[in-house]
Amino acid sequence: MTEKRIRVLIAKPGLDGHDRGAKVVARALRDAGMEVIYTGLRQTPEMIAEAALQEDVDVVGLSILSGAHMALVPRVLDILKGQDQDQVRVFIGGIIPDEDVEKLHAMGVAAVFGPGTRTQDIVEAIENTVKAAGIRA
Amino acid sequence: MRLVESVLAGDRLALARLLSMIENQEEDGFKALAALYPRTGQAHIIGVTGAPGTGKSTLVNRLVKRLRSFTAAGEKDPSKVGVVAVDPSSPFSGGAILGDRIRMRDLAGDPGVFVRSMASRGALGGLANTTGGVVQALDAAGFDVILIETVGAGQAEVDIARTAHTTVVVTTPGMGDEVQAIKAGILEIADILVVNKADLPGAENAMRGLQVMLEMGRHTNSNLGEQNLDVEPAWRVPVLATVSTEGQGFDTLLDSIIQHRDYLHNSGEWDVRERERQRAALDALIHERLRKRFLESQPYGKFEEVLQKVVARELSPWQAVGELLKEEDAE
Repeated sequence: MTEKRIRVLIAKPGLDGHDRGAKVVARALRDAGMEVIYTGLRQTPEMIAEAALQEDVDVVGLSILSGAHMALVPRVLDILKGQDQDQVRVFIGGIIPDEDVEKLHAMGVAAVFGPGTRTQDIVEAIENTVKAAGIRA
Repeated sequence: MRLVESVLAGDRLALARLLSMIENQEEDGFKALAALYPRTGQAHIIGVTGAPGTGKSTLVNRLVKRLRSFTAAGEKDPSKVGVVAVDPSSPFSGGAILGDRIRMRDLAGDPGVFVRSMASRGALGGLANTTGGVVQALDAAGFDVILIETVGAGQAEVDIARTAHTTVVVTTPGMGDEVQAIKAGILEIADILVVNKADLPGAENAMRGLQVMLEMGRHTNSNLGEQNLDVEPAWRVPVLATVSTEGQGFDTLLDSIIQHRDYLHNSGEWDVRERERQRAALDALIHERLRKRFLESQPYGKFEEVLQKVVARELSPWQAVGELLKEEDAE
């Protein structure tokens, strides 16, 4: 078993306490052969970026149900960038109004997944994004 | 090598990348490790093991906080602490959920701490095959203390004792009777025994049971080793009570860990263990390299062909191995 595996950080920034969705996604990614670092509830953007750095992940998945995404996501992206972690792709899951989805894409978020998304679609989106980013130098 | 220089200069992103290269067994990772190797051997490597749910991650979290709030005599700063937390890979998909960070949120924001989660990737001894390499990299990067948290381990997952200088075995009240405690395995490798969750009922019983087990062990060992029963053992395994969620018992735990390190140095046992550590690491590497070389040397389909004969009961597994290895010897 020497092959590289996709490493994903699943985090819940902000204050909402519902992590069923995050756990379902983490489980689906595991079953797709990925290594998922699960950090639990109430993470600050700083904590998320630091964990992403130490764990050298390819992907960060943020689960946000609180409506605070327009405050939290740019902050996570900024800190990642400031730490030279530009190559890390950020995915969002949660309840995000349509008008915000486009804004999040414009900021550099790879994809946004709303309620009802099939886990297989999330797996494929992550696999394709990591593949497209190519083998890291 | 740029990567090596960056790691030595304290670049955490470079360190994180190096750890991935080691985990993925990339050639460049091993080259970097070779360059860093002369710098290793400085860190005190502490293993934390125990059954799932005994509170290993919470204990590690507390212990690191305690280490970071304490400056040893003659030192300028608290120890820099690296944490390597291993969780199991799924035997089916090869994926993993690494959840030890959930309990280590208190360590965020401290530049003197570096936490890395690892999946076991098929290894069965409680660690991953590359955990030793990851620990070496952290050692070379200047971490004074490295804590390794194993996969939740029951009885036979004892690789940690060959990787760490000091092994802390964590148990809880109600984990079973004294017969569990005298079975071979995980309790034998303990340098320090901790009964965590000691605020639960039965904690005193658990501690007493472990004490009795240790006493019995002393006597049998003495019989085998022709030692005088009256001679005190060089290191008496302490049985400690902690409540990790509350932080109770951690002054004593830290004292015991430091005493054990001093004991290892003063008794010469440090060098003995260091040698055994290296022996185990070399042995594992040879094992893996030979296996790989053997499999690569096999003609395409040969393994499956022999496997089919074993399934059909035409060959016993032992005969099958004989047949496969004969091919290699003939080359």
